[in-house]
Amino acid sequence: MNRGFDSFALSVNGDPVRVPAEPGRRLSEVLRERLGLFGTKVGCDAGDCGACTVLVDGAPVCACLTPLAQVAGRAVTTVEGLDDSPLQRAFLRRGAAQCGICTPGMLMAATALLRDTPAPDREQVEAALGGVLCRCTGYAKIVEAVLDTAPGAGPGLPDAGAAVGARVERLDGGPKVAGSEVYGADACPEGLLLVRAVRAPYAPVLFSFGDIHAFAAHHGVEVFTAADIPGVNAFGTIPAFADQPALAERHARMRGEAVALVAGDPAVIEALDLETFPVTWQTGDDAALVHDTRPDNTLITGLVRRGDAEAALAGAVHVAAAGMETPYVEHAYIEPEAGIAWMEGDTLVIQACTQAPVMDRDDIARVLGLAPEKVRIVPSAAGGGFGSKLDLSVQPLIGLVALKTGRPARMILSRAESMMSTTKRHPARMSARIGADADGRIAGFVFDGEFNTGAYASWGPTVAGRVPVHASGPYHTPAYLARSRAYHSYEPVSGAFRGFGVPQAAILQETLYDELADKAGIDRLEFRRLNALRDGQATVCGQVLQGVGISACLDALQGPWRAALERAEARNARGGCIRHGVGVASCWYGCGNTGLPNPSTVRAGITADGALRLHQGATDIGQGSNTVISQIFADAVGLPLSHLRLIGPDTALTPDCGKTSASRQTYVTGKAALLAGQALRARILMLTNTGEDARLSLDGGVLSATDGRGSRRITLSEMPADANGYVLAAEETYDPPTVPLDENGQGAPYAVYGFGAQMAEVAVDCTLGTVRVTRITAAHDLGRVINPLLAEGQVEGGIAQGLGMALMEEYVPGRTENLHDYLIPTTGDMPEIETIFVEVPDPEGPLGAKGLGEHVLIPTAPAILNAIRHATGARITRLPALPHRVLAAMAEAWK
Amino acid sequence: MAAYHRPETLEAALDLLAAAPVTIAAGCTDLFAATPARALPGEVLDITGIAELRGIGRTDTGLRIGAAMTWSDVVRADLPPAFDMLKQAAREVGSVQIQNAGTMAGNICNASPAADGMPCLLALDAEVELASSAGRRRMPLADFVTGPRKTALGKGEMVIAVHVPDAATRGQSRFEKLGARKYLVISIAMVAARLELDGETVERASIAVGSCGPVAVRLGALEVALTGAPLAGLGARVTPELVARHLSPIDDIRADGGYRAQAATELVRRVLDSLAGGCEAAA
Repeated sequence: MNRGFDSFALSVNGDPVRVPAEPGRRLSEVLRERLGLFGTKVGCDAGDCGACTVLVDGAPVCACLTPLAQVAGRAVTTVEGLDDSPLQRAFLRRGAAQCGICTPGMLMAATALLRDTPAPDREQVEAALGGVLCRCTGYAKIVEAVLDTAPGAGPGLPDAGAAVGARVERLDGGPKVAGSEVYGADACPEGLLLVRAVRAPYAPVLFSFGDIHAFAAHHGVEVFTAADIPGVNAFGTIPAFADQPALAERHARMRGEAVALVAGDPAVIEALDLETFPVTWQTGDDAALVHDTRPDNTLITGLVRRGDAEAALAGAVHVAAAGMETPYVEHAYIEPEAGIAWMEGDTLVIQACTQAPVMDRDDIARVLGLAPEKVRIVPSAAGGGFGSKLDLSVQPLIGLVALKTGRPARMILSRAESMMSTTKRHPARMSARIGADADGRIAGFVFDGEFNTGAYASWGPTVAGRVPVHASGPYHTPAYLARSRAYHSYEPVSGAFRGFGVPQAAILQETLYDELADKAGIDRLEFRRLNALRDGQATVCGQVLQGVGISACLDALQGPWRAALERAEARNARGGCIRHGVGVASCWYGCGNTGLPNPSTVRAGITADGALRLHQGATDIGQGSNTVISQIFADAVGLPLSHLRLIGPDTALTPDCGKTSASRQTYVTGKAALLAGQALRARILMLTNTGEDARLSLDGGVLSATDGRGSRRITLSEMPADANGYVLAAEETYDPPTVPLDENGQGAPYAVYGFGAQMAEVAVDCTLGTVRVTRITAAHDLGRVINPLLAEGQVEGGIAQGLGMALMEEYVPGRTENLHDYLIPTTGDMPEIETIFVEVPDPEGPLGAKGLGEHVLIPTAPAILNAIRHATGARITRLPALPHRVLAAMAEAWK
Repeated sequence: MAAYHRPETLEAALDLLAAAPVTIAAGCTDLFAATPARALPGEVLDITGIAELRGIGRTDTGLRIGAAMTWSDVVRADLPPAFDMLKQAAREVGSVQIQNAGTMAGNICNASPAADGMPCLLALDAEVELASSAGRRRMPLADFVTGPRKTALGKGEMVIAVHVPDAATRGQSRFEKLGARKYLVISIAMVAARLELDGETVERASIAVGSCGPVAVRLGALEVALTGAPLAGLGARVTPELVARHLSPIDDIRADGGYRAQAATELVRRVLDSLAGGCEAAA
């Protein structure tokens, strides 16, 4: 709409600008939507995340809290004004940007600090960055980068054959530190329709619409409801369980569920008061089944049974038993879901943040009644995902609007909408009994877990399936019975969140292990070493493993463990109300789908003019697959990384690399990339008749291969191109060899497992119940470390999420739908982290490599809880360990 | 579209206030956080352009902090040690970004039970100066904030300054905030204390607790009990009867009420011991 706004003159990045806009408009909106400076990110619109930090006359402020009128006549600096500064280069060199969504805010806050304090200390950096939240990195590399801004180039890209194992800066990092990366909310084509959802205020709720045509006509907007959906109004990540409507029909099963869409001119849609939308709500019956077809609200149960666990427990010398309760945990990525959809001919194109482009394509096609090839997914950068962006959010909604109107459609969820309508970590109520013989060897283990999967199935079946497989931990457990159940409730959908229920189960198992070790009179680390699974031993699923790295991880902690125990003892000897403690916990985690196919296909080719391209369909949500998979591929071909150009992900251009989930991309897509690289190399060697050890070089249109017998050249332009435009090409598919589980959960559910163990040192204030984690030592077996820089970033980030889960994170529906009531760790909450990488090669993984992404979160929370118990005797049985719960648990222990 | 006013004089602002109901805006850190809208909704009176509302300085009777002064302005101001607690609180308001925009007077007017500035200003015997087109008045801060999100602000009235009387600008002070994380945190409990000393003896104690009731409160009984007490062992004189009994904490997502009362007592003890230790070291 063209309204007669005042015009405000200000300076932006040194240039005078004049903006006609409402005086009270958020500066973040003005910068992004009026001036096209999308480098300033919006994560919460409440000053809670700091992603929108800009400088006003040099001082950092949240642009989302600054009315335009207040910057009139002043100088605003955004990330676009930094221009390849030493700070930005340090961010790249140090691996400080993962998903990159917080990077502009971090850069601006750090810029302000460095201007006043050119050589800050760590504490000053942490304080200056304390107002910017990051969910990926655990802050360690960000703080290091700000402490290391001496000008100078990084080491550059490694030579041919030397990519694997090198600390390669992320290949897609440039746009992240420049602020030019395009996330879900950063594209705004001309003439688009803005889309907003009318959402259920509570659940269960029945609803009926009033005169929506009159509402639409009155406001000059379009309204869409479930009646407009042309296909099957039920989506879900696992097709057999697809049950979630894109728009609810007659009744909503959870608060925040979309029931109708309004779409129209952005200014009109923005100004609409959706409270006036003609819908009548009527409280539903919360005793009624959530889904009629699922008795007892049971979505699914899981079982793994091996030997006679009850008999083993009856015969055990030492038995420990306990229960554990964990809450909803929010992914809290800094980028709320957003995207755009438009039509290209009869193809619907969707550009939104996602972790699973091909799954999105197929699900959207089903909902919208299209053939899958008529839907193209071009993922935007994802500003964090951690599992939640595997599920659809805005995609079917904007797809519907674009399909029905033929016009581009855009939707950006607010922080509250994102939190109330997208998936969470499953709340768990678990109990277990573990028995050991007189020597401390595990004899039997019984586990039961109830997982609240919320209103819809999402990944509930995966959680119920993974938990019994993993609940033993990476320990030899000869007799085992683990039962799980995922049940529905009228609460938020629980889905995938880094670990699929395994972190919850590990909290119970690893805390019980401490009790058992104490009962057996064995040092807690020794107890774990004694029971660690070894090569050639069978898992609880009867799968005999090779390349088992848990012992190596635990061995690596022996020195740090003794030192930490001595430190704690010395500090405690001084007395006072601060008690120090040390805890340890392990993890294992199977990479890829549980006993189901999950192939990745990688295509690569060389064009007539000598461009080497890798079609890389794995979405990089910050974890680094763009870089790691390129490293594996480049070395397999034998050409330097600098020659490589990445294509995709884009369902029109890249073969399916599956979802970024289950810690599978380095392993599964990495293996496909290895095979594709090897195939391409083999073809080159054959054409040039050179040997295995030939050195390749690519110079313009000439490809040379040199071995001991001399050098051969191929003039690429003389060769015919294939349908993809390549004169030399390879495409390889890899699917992990697994054996489905039988009725007792026996089989070979994963082809590759990763292992790890972490040690936490804590200081507990015994009168206030506050816990400070002072240090974490993390030993992880990666089989083969492809990129130590990025792998460290995964460890540090996983620890931050594990620490949050242990100490502060609890999502309460309807109450914590923001980032000031829902707390995640800040710079000041993170301990010093020492990462130790162990390489026990896996026979199946590419170059021996194993997955890492989810493993890193699993041991953190139990290690912290074990350290709290070591320090104070307090046994925490309900997370998070907020100060009042710690104090209560201490009182209980000291009774 | 609703109007957005950003007058340059107090007189103009008061005329606008008298004419129609408006939302008074300064740092906007609470206003924007309370709305999902892209722009501040309703008619807005932005007071940040008014020169008279700026400045931190001495008056005939004490110290005046203008209503448009941000938390960062407070941190930068040259103030006596009695204000150390206020500066400590200022550094814990949200983040640096929030401190650069949010104002101290706004923190008071927002009337959150967890307002970081309140315990300190109560322990400084602060008064608020109110103005309307009908005139000016002053009232004790303790009377101004009447409940959660409630103040004694009259129709057409605005806060133009906070005053600290000369008598309260003496002594040493300290602030402690307890939260579930380090930065960007809403407190579970917080304590501000100011001690005026006569040698090694407490001449006067001013102690306030926040986040443990609808409004932050002074601990009158404890202050009386500490008057004349020696610095040594000050914290040991703090009993639950003197602290917890005077609070009305609630259970919420951050903590339960019983814990809050217990934690407040402990925080008071620690603040006093830390002040006593600091004073002894300085003596």
